Amino acid sequence: MLSESVVELSRLQFAITAMYHFLFVPLTLGLSFLMAIMESVYVMTNKQIYKDMTLFWGKLFAINFALGVTTGLTMEFQFGTNWAYYSHYVGDIFGAPLAIEGMMAFFLESTFIGLFFFGWDKLSKRQHLMVTWLVAFGSNLSALWILIANGWMQNPVGAEFNYETMRMELVSFADVIFNPVAQVKFVHTVAAGYVTGSMFVLGISSYYLLKKRDLAFATRSFAVAAAFGLASVLSVIVLGDESGYAAGEVQKIKLAAIEAEWETEEAPAAFTVFGLPNQETQHTDYAIKIPYIMGIIATRSFDEEVKGIKEWIEENEGRIRRGMIAYDLFKQLRQQLKEGEINEETKAEFEKYKDDLGYGLLLKKYTSNVVDATEEQIVRAAHDTIPQVAPIFWSFRIMVACGVLMLFIFVMAFYFTAKRNVIEQRWLLWLTLFSIPLPWIACEMGWIVAEMGRQPWSIAEVLPTYLSVSTRSVGDLYFSLAGFIGFYTLLLVVELYLMFKYARLGPSSLHTGRYHFEVGDK
Amino acid sequence: MSIDYETLKLIWWIFVGVLLIGFALTDGFDMGIGALLPFLGKNDEERRVIINSIGPTWEGNQVWFVTAAGAIFAAWPIVYAVAFSSFYIALLLTLFALFFRPVGFDYRSKVASPRWRATWDWGLFIGGVVPAVIFGVAFGNLLQGVPFHFDDELRAYYTGSFWGLLNPFALLAGVISLSMLVMHGAVYLQLRTEDVIYARSQKAVKVFGALLIVTFALAGVWVAYGIDGFKVVSMPPLDALPNPLAKTVEIVPGAWMNHYEVYPWTMLIPGLVFVGAFMTILLSHFKAPGLAFITSSAALVGVILTAGASMFPFIMPSSSQPDSSLIVWDASSSHLTLTIMFWATVIFLPLIVLYTSWVYRVLRGKITVQHIRTHEHSAY
Ligand code: HDD
Ligand code: HEM
Ligand code: HEM
Repeated sequence: MLSESVVELSRLQFAITAMYHFLFVPLTLGLSFLMAIMESVYVMTNKQIYKDMTLFWGKLFAINFALGVTTGLTMEFQFGTNWAYYSHYVGDIFGAPLAIEGMMAFFLESTFIGLFFFGWDKLSKRQHLMVTWLVAFGSNLSALWILIANGWMQNPVGAEFNYETMRMELVSFADVIFNPVAQVKFVHTVAAGYVTGSMFVLGISSYYLLKKRDLAFATRSFAVAAAFGLASVLSVIVLGDESGYAAGEVQKIKLAAIEAEWETEEAPAAFTVFGLPNQETQHTDYAIKIPYIMGIIATRSFDEEVKGIKEWIEENEGRIRRGMIAYDLFKQLRQQLKEGEINEETKAEFEKYKDDLGYGLLLKKYTSNVVDATEEQIVRAAHDTIPQVAPIFWSFRIMVACGVLMLFIFVMAFYFTAKRNVIEQRWLLWLTLFSIPLPWIACEMGWIVAEMGRQPWSIAEVLPTYLSVSTRSVGDLYFSLAGFIGFYTLLLVVELYLMFKYARLGPSSLHTGRYHFEVGDK
Repeated sequence: MSIDYETLKLIWWIFVGVLLIGFALTDGFDMGIGALLPFLGKNDEERRVIINSIGPTWEGNQVWFVTAAGAIFAAWPIVYAVAFSSFYIALLLTLFALFFRPVGFDYRSKVASPRWRATWDWGLFIGGVVPAVIFGVAFGNLLQGVPFHFDDELRAYYTGSFWGLLNPFALLAGVISLSMLVMHGAVYLQLRTEDVIYARSQKAVKVFGALLIVTFALAGVWVAYGIDGFKVVSMPPLDALPNPLAKTVEIVPGAWMNHYEVYPWTMLIPGLVFVGAFMTILLSHFKAPGLAFITSSAALVGVILTAGASMFPFIMPSSSQPDSSLIVWDASSSHLTLTIMFWATVIFLPLIVLYTSWVYRVLRGKITVQHIRTHEHSAY
């Protein structure tokens, strides 16, 4: 049996390292695009100030990018180090997008990033602009491929279990790429990155406006960020979650958890704005509900009723029982394979039950011989099919709240930019400055919803998280966990120090002689 | 076009080799230069010259490493799983060391304090030395076999310890790896710098070139007489569905020399290392770093191919349960995945080489102290 604490520690480690990685990813995604836009304006209008903008935001981009790479490295290896059984079991499908990501995206992004910084006086204007766009496309392509991989974990289409090789195998690559969950995830996540980049530029520009420094520089940056940010935040909210999330059973359970819907309610269900979901009593205490309104934010099509969590547990109990039969047949097949003689009947039976094999594997947590599971164990496993409701419920609400607040900010920013009197709206500038952390909070919360909502599966309905880990000792995990936390925290402090230093300096850090700290007030 | 499974399995052995070679040839000199940095640069400006000779390009070079890992995941998922989880601590140390590089390059010159800069210089040093040594150590262990086995459901168990990986032969392999990358790095520095750093690099080429020749020869003798190789005794057809438990393997002293006896021309591969390293020393001495870069590359290719050719078809032999060993024929992904990844590689790899070369061309030329002074605020 695997040690429960190794499983817990591996999860914790993945969560921590991924969440560190995603502190830097969204800014890379957003800022690279904003830089490309600013430089395009420079090339079209030939105004030096747009080049200065590209250079200055590029400086901050570089500080962020370095840690994006540092934390990304870990992610690339972690599946092998900590999720070895997972890597073997689904590598046939999962490895491909990761490898393609390297060849198609990382190479592009990382090769041209050097030229972006050091190629200014070696390239023509147009050539340099092309380089900047390639960096932006590279980072977005990387998001595409990794989210195809992640989307497949949520909704594993285009693959089948093969008892001979003991793993999932690819059947249709097109299904994997055009997985609706992956597509929707991509749009939502990339747009979230654009929001992050825009909020960052908007907030820092507000700071200069509040200080009445480098006004021409700051108003222009503010305007670009306001326009791009407004479009992005609308995409995040409107497009991002419109469809696809409901594809696949696991996503439906996730949805029930987001809504803390314990009982099946009649359609259209009420939306719980506030409440304290209690996993044990399976009830949401102090719930404040708004009837019918589930629609506005969280719902997709809710003319059909949403199945409540209790009903899911019952249904999944049935699947676990079928899974036990599947496991039994699978064991027989393995034995026959060893003896060199496959019984076609067993094989045909197995085909019938195969889809529930994953549910049978859920019992592995309680007994190594799935077939002999007791009634009590089956009931426990059925309860396991429901993720922790409270953190999902809350994370979702925090993300949405951030989104709504940012929508307000971008609308206002855009409105006053159009009216050309942003600088007089000090309340807005202050609000914007202190809202810089919002997109990061929203992104991290979003991932908690997405990933915790997937539990107990690492591959939905195929492979339980519990089984996915490597057989390492608790000591090894403490070592690696301590290493990651130590290094990343230290590096994060250094990064923030530099970020603040250069953000305060502003465009004066370019040493062109044109800006505030070099010429006095302007 | 569809390629049969057996051929694809073999092609993927070659592709992974190509990616590893790409990594060694490009990021290899970045690591070598990192290892040399504190010694060849005596003051801040000299160090900045060294750092800026690779600063704009090292990032893309590192992607060879990332992509090699991704490709192993896609083409040999079980190798990715077993190797990385077995070498757990070693791999983490590599990662921790590599953390110093992105930040080292990018943050070092953003603050003027000498202590700040010295700290990152040593960070870059660690980021060069530690991975270079550990990669060698890993290969040294592969040659000796790694203690792991599978259960019925193909879950892998590693039964060795971290310290077990640091055995004398593996450490020797680590020295080989370090000396070849440092030699390579020093040659590259000669290409990109002038004056004092150029002269110091020349010296480094001599020392580490010689070290490579000696240690490589020593390892050769050791493999021939001191280390047991592995041999497949029986196995399913080459195009069978991959099942690492379906074959039998024996431990045979001297088995790694087998290919060289059966196909004597393969002796050219290790031969390449000696000739390459020797020529590199000469060419560097006579101030022809361009040619020296080619011969140094040849030596690196020789080292990696020697390991591959000696072990073929083994990828990761198991010393505790030889039948569990992973070989080219039973560790791959499905036919479909190999096919798709084949096309992806055939399309993207040449493109990568093409645009990478263009970037190097644009950024060519010597980095001088003068250059650092005029780019005080924008250079690394
Ligand atoms: C939605 C976007 C996204 C997501 C979910 C992830 N990444 Fe990431 N990753 C990026 C978007 C990105 C990026 C924007 O492309 C980065 C961030 C900064 C950078 O340098 O590129 C990056 C960098 C980056 C690097 C360094 C690449 C280089 O050297 O250029 C690696 C190896 C990974 N990532 C690997 C992963 C893995 C294995 C992930 C999944 C577990 C993962 N990333 C999640
Ligand atoms: C970078 C953004 C991401 C963040 C912030 C993130 C966050 C998390 C969190 C919070 C967990 C812990 C869930 C739990 O155990 O309750 C987790 C687990 C995990 N995530 Fe993600 N995730 C990210 C991206 C990805 C991607 C892109 C993949 C796959 C391609 C992935 C694969 C996994 C795996 C394998 C685990 C561990 C096994 C498991 O708990 O299911 N994650 N992640
Ligand atoms: C305001 C309305 C929003 C709604 C209704 C919404 C909805 C969702 C849902 C349902 C998920 C879970 C998806 C899954 O599990 O597959 C999610 C994930 C996520 N959200 Fe949001 N979101 C909103 C705003 C935001 C904002 C403003 C940001 C960041 C700026 C953000 C960033 C993310 C991220 C990074 C994820 C994880 C990736 C993914 O699963 O797509 N979201 N969002």
